[in-house]
Amino acid sequence: MEIWNGHFECMDRLDLKKVQSERLMETVERSYFNVPYYRNKMQAAGLGPESIGSIDDLHRLPFTDKQDLRDNYPFGLFAVPMSEIVRIHASSGTTGKPTVVGYTRHDIATWSEVMARTLKCAGAGRNDFIQVAYGYGLFTGGLGLHYGGEKIGASVIPVSGGNTSRQIQLMRDFGSTVLACTPSYALFLAEALQENNVDPSDIKLRVGVFGAEPWTEMMRREIETKLRIKAIDIYGLSEVIGPGVASECMAQEGLHINEDHFFPEIIDPDTLQVLPEGSMGELVFTTLTKEGLPLIRYRTRDLTRLTSERCSCGRTMIRMEKCLGRSDDMLIVRGVNLFPSQVENVLLEMSEIKPHYLLVVDRVNNLDTLEVQVEVDEAFFLDKISQLEALRMKIQENLETALALGVKVTLVEPKKLERSETKSKRVIDKRKF
Amino acid sequence: MVIPQLSVFIENRSGRLTEVLEVLGREDIKITALTVADTSEFGILRLIVSDSEKARDVLKDQSFTVNITNVISVIAPNEARHYARLLRILSDRDISIEYTYAFARGSKAVIILRCNNNDEAIKALKENEMELLNASELFKI
Repeated sequence: MEIWNGHFECMDRLDLKKVQSERLMETVERSYFNVPYYRNKMQAAGLGPESIGSIDDLHRLPFTDKQDLRDNYPFGLFAVPMSEIVRIHASSGTTGKPTVVGYTRHDIATWSEVMARTLKCAGAGRNDFIQVAYGYGLFTGGLGLHYGGEKIGASVIPVSGGNTSRQIQLMRDFGSTVLACTPSYALFLAEALQENNVDPSDIKLRVGVFGAEPWTEMMRREIETKLRIKAIDIYGLSEVIGPGVASECMAQEGLHINEDHFFPEIIDPDTLQVLPEGSMGELVFTTLTKEGLPLIRYRTRDLTRLTSERCSCGRTMIRMEKCLGRSDDMLIVRGVNLFPSQVENVLLEMSEIKPHYLLVVDRVNNLDTLEVQVEVDEAFFLDKISQLEALRMKIQENLETALALGVKVTLVEPKKLERSETKSKRVIDKRKF
Repeated sequence: MVIPQLSVFIENRSGRLTEVLEVLGREDIKITALTVADTSEFGILRLIVSDSEKARDVLKDQSFTVNITNVISVIAPNEARHYARLLRILSDRDISIEYTYAFARGSKAVIILRCNNNDEAIKALKENEMELLNASELFKI
């Protein structure tokens, strides 16, 4: 199987370490001199650019997390003047403010490069038709796949998310060979094909690159059987670059991290200590080449483990296991990031109700559903069905606006939802990962 | 002339109505009238009981959402035209009915109403010589 960039992807790990060390020192220097946030944080820790002599010194640097991005909203962590920024993406945040990321022209080239590797990992090439059914827009999924697809010379079909009947029509008429979307949408499409009695021989799909939400091995087998394709797991987050951070190869034995660009560490989320290779812990990334938004020790909150054992595909890049858990309370519903606190904020703004709620996430017909149960407050309960229905609709509309996600609101009896000052149960996730 | 009616918010799941009635039963509260308005997910149980304040307190203790609302009660011969006449009186005065329910006892029927303006409704019904019941009269029926 062809490898896009054999020089780096199959580099001897000792040589790779040299590259990583050089790039880290450059990144730290640029961050220190161009981003007051990093400079202040390093100074507070008694560190300067000279403190970092190789990748082995990385553990000395302070962590960065989503809160830091929020505190510096929108562009405070950018390391270049805005005149150098050619693209801005954003993802949902906990308080209504999105997490904003900026790319220089060079960053876009890096992104295209790592996405080209990803697609090559999945066995795609210039003769493929890549149907990109990830959303295009502020979300990085669509455009990430798009640029990678063009880079490898494939024919990219930028259909974007949703509109299942059009997806099916183009898949059949154009003969799409590669499908890129969330795994749950892939399953949904598979069933739509069946329901529409599409003759499987009319579908030329060979492989799918699926990510942006957690999915199980069971789900993979289901997708592979129903669509008769190979299903490849890809991983990324917009803060680091978007999709393209890591990808499975055809061996499907872990995701190769493009560690010449994004250096991974695994830490204990409680003690924040770096854990030895093979330990399960929280994944932390340091970008090694990014110009627009360099990130130093960014806590992803995703839980996984790493192995640098050589892969049968020949790549030497370290591999991470499929991410199946998180060290915070973020949920991913239909590919959209969701924090329970976002729901709470909406409810707090409504005087008619108390912010006692429970989120119930489920997967029905392969699509995620989100139910928000809200307690009926005595002060507002005035014995009329129409009034309660109006309240229910109002909560639903406010939530949908704030979350950019379809929600079903259910009114429930008070004090049914568990209360506790320390650890209240706010979420029931019935999906099986 | 208004009568206190208990309204209880209940989720539409099996056993919930039973629980309300068991709470009231333990406290020896008597029920004169009962009706449920429901949607697919929740309902409002409306009750006229012997001691509405006590009933409210004991239900609240069991974490139910309860309110007391005032309704009107009319007694009339058990024939549709009397119910129709009553409704006509109200609609002629532009008084709207939020909900109504009724039960019969021998040749008489008791009609319970909640209007958007109970005072106006009482006035209109009295002027038209409809027979209204107060709380103690209703319990003797």
